[in-house]
Amino acid sequence: MLEKALTGSKRYWAWIFFLLAVIAVGLVAYFRQYNYGLGLTGMSRDVSWGLYIAQFTFLVGVAASAVMLVTPYYLHDFKKFGKMVILGEFLAISSVIMCIFFIFVDVGQPMRILNVLLYPQLHSVMFYDMCVLFGYLFINIVVGWTTLGAERKGTPPPKWIKPIIYISIPWAFSIHTVTAFLYAGLPGRPFWLSAIMAARFLAAAFAAGPAFLILLVLIVRKVSKFDADPPGVGAIQSLVKIIRYAMIANIFFYICEVFTAFYSNIPEEMAPFKYAFVGLDGHTSLVPFMWAATILAFIGIGLLIFPTRKNKVLLPLALVAIYIANWIDKGVVLIIAGFVPNPFGRVTEYFPTSNELAIVVGVYAIGTLVLTVLYKVAISVREQNQI
Amino acid sequence: MSINRRQFLRRVGLVSALGLGGSFVITSLRGKKVEAASSVAEYETSKDALVAKHWAMVVDMSKFKTEEDFKKVVDSCVSIHNIPDIGNLKDEIKWIWEDDYEHTFSGGENEYLTESFKKLPFAVICNHCENPPCVKACPTGATFKRPDGIVDMDYHRCIGCRFCMGACPYGARSFNWRDPRPFIKKIDPDFPTRTQGVVEKCTFCVERLADGVMPACVEASNGGLIFGDLDDPNSEVRKIISTKYTIRRKVELGTQPSVYYLIGGGNNA
Repeated sequence: MLEKALTGSKRYWAWIFFLLAVIAVGLVAYFRQYNYGLGLTGMSRDVSWGLYIAQFTFLVGVAASAVMLVTPYYLHDFKKFGKMVILGEFLAISSVIMCIFFIFVDVGQPMRILNVLLYPQLHSVMFYDMCVLFGYLFINIVVGWTTLGAERKGTPPPKWIKPIIYISIPWAFSIHTVTAFLYAGLPGRPFWLSAIMAARFLAAAFAAGPAFLILLVLIVRKVSKFDADPPGVGAIQSLVKIIRYAMIANIFFYICEVFTAFYSNIPEEMAPFKYAFVGLDGHTSLVPFMWAATILAFIGIGLLIFPTRKNKVLLPLALVAIYIANWIDKGVVLIIAGFVPNPFGRVTEYFPTSNELAIVVGVYAIGTLVLTVLYKVAISVREQNQI
Repeated sequence: MSINRRQFLRRVGLVSALGLGGSFVITSLRGKKVEAASSVAEYETSKDALVAKHWAMVVDMSKFKTEEDFKKVVDSCVSIHNIPDIGNLKDEIKWIWEDDYEHTFSGGENEYLTESFKKLPFAVICNHCENPPCVKACPTGATFKRPDGIVDMDYHRCIGCRFCMGACPYGARSFNWRDPRPFIKKIDPDFPTRTQGVVEKCTFCVERLADGVMPACVEASNGGLIFGDLDDPNSEVRKIISTKYTIRRKVELGTQPSVYYLIGGGNNA
C-alpha cells in the first residue's frame, strides 16, 4: 500500500520536499547539540526539562485521543465515525513517533538509551512509559494497516484484529495515565504532585486531539476527493460534542487544582500557579502564555456550545483556539512552572534557544511527514474505492 | 530453476532460523568462557575499607562561622572529584556548597527572623535519603542505593534523562550540560572525570571509604562535619542525633535524609 505515497500531484511533492527541508535544518541543529551537549538549549540546573519533554507530554495526549473515535466506532457500533477512524489511528502513529523523537533529543547520552531496556528498573515510571508508548505504536500500526488493507481489497477486516482493537482502548488511556504518573509521583514538585493530574491529562487530550483531527479532516476535504464526513453523516458534529465536554472537564479539573492550592493557602502549592498567572519575584515570562491559554480556552468552549459550532468559519477557529490553549497548558507551562520555584525557593527562568526551537520544529516536521504519507495512503485507497 | 513466492519465503525463513540458532550456540559457548575466566579473579572489598550499615552526616553549624570554614570543605571536594568550574549558573556543577538558612530550609518562612539569622550560612549536600526519590525515578539503575545507605552514581550507565533531577526535592543533582573537562582546574587522575550528558552528585566519597579514609569534606572540616554509622548506638553521629537538637531538610516528604544539621552546637542539649 505504501507505493500509493509515491505518486502524487505537484503540490503533494512540494509539501513533502518542504518538510524534508525543515527536517534537514532540525537535523543540523541536532548534530550541533549532539556535539556540544544539551547546554545548547535553554535548560539549566534548576529548570532541567524544557520544551522537548513538554512536547512529548502534549503529543502523548494527541496520540491517546484516537480512542475517542475507536471506542464509539468499535465498541458502541457508532457508524458515523466509520470513515474517520483510520485518520485518528494514523494521527496516533505520527504522534507517538514524535514522542519517541522528543525523548531521544532530550537525552544527554542518546547512544545509551537502550539501557532502559537492558537494565529495566521496575520502580521507574519511565520504564513503563517506554513500554506503553512502543506498545501503542505497534497496536496502531497493526490495526490501521490491516483495516485499511482489507478495505482496499473490499473485504471485511480479519477476525484476529478485533481483540487488538479492543486492547487499544485501555491502552490509549494507559499511555497518558503513565505519562502523568511520571510527574504526579515526585515528592518535591508541588505543581505536579496532584492526584487529578492523570484525569486532567486525559481530559485535555480528548479535547486537543480530536480538535486537531477535525482540522485535518477539513484539510483533507480541501486537498482531495475524500470526505471523512460526507453531507448528512454528522461525524464532525458528534466529535465536536466530545471535544466540548472534554474541554469543560479539563477546565473544571484545572479550577479544582487552583482551589486546592489557594484555599489551603500553602505557599509551595500556590507559588507555581502565581508564577504562571501573575509572575513570581518579578519573573513573568509565562504570564502572557497562561492568559492567552485561558482566554482561548473559554472562547473555544463558548463557540462550541452555541450554534456557532455549525458555522463553517467559526468552527475551525474554535478548534484552533482549543488546540492552542491545550498546547500552551501542557506543551509549555506545565513542565516549566513545575520547576519554579526551585527546591531552594528561588526563581530561575527558562527561555528556549534558537537551536532548541529548530530541533523542536524538525521533530514536528518528521511527525507531519509521517502523517502526510499515511494520510496519502488512506486517501488514495478511499478515492480508488469511491470511483 | 524457478521458485514461487511461497517457496522463496520458506527458504529464507529456514536460512535465517539456522543463522540465528547458530549465533545463539556461539554466544552461549563464549559466555561459558567468560564465566570461567571471571571465577578466577573475584572482586573483593579492601580489608581496610570503612563499613557501616547506614552512613550519616551531622553538620555542626557552630563550627561553620567564616567563609574560610566553607571554602576549605568545598575546595577539598572540588579538587579530588574533578568538579569543573564552568563559570555560569545555568551549567553549574556542585556537590557540596553553601546556602543561607532561609533558602536551605525554604517553606518554613518566619518573617520576624532577623536578617542575620535568615542569611546564616548552611552547608548543602546530597542527603543520601533512606527513601531516595531519585533512585526510584532512575530508569536504568544508574543511580542506586547501596546496602550501607549511600546513594551512588554510575556515570557510565546514566543516559542523561534527568528524571532524577526532577525527582530530587533538594536540588542536589547537577547535569553536565557540556563537556566538563576543559573547566577542571587540575585533573586528579585518581578519580574519573565525567562526560557531557550525565548527572552527578555527592557520593559521600565511596572511593575513599573503600580505602579506609573518611570523606574529603569531613577531613577538611575540622570537626564541623561528623560522619559515621547511624545504625551503631555507640557512634558519634548516633549519640548527637539521639540527644541533641538537629534538623533535616523537608522531612515532611518522607525521604528520611541522612544529613542532620546540629543547631546551637554542643550547648543545646
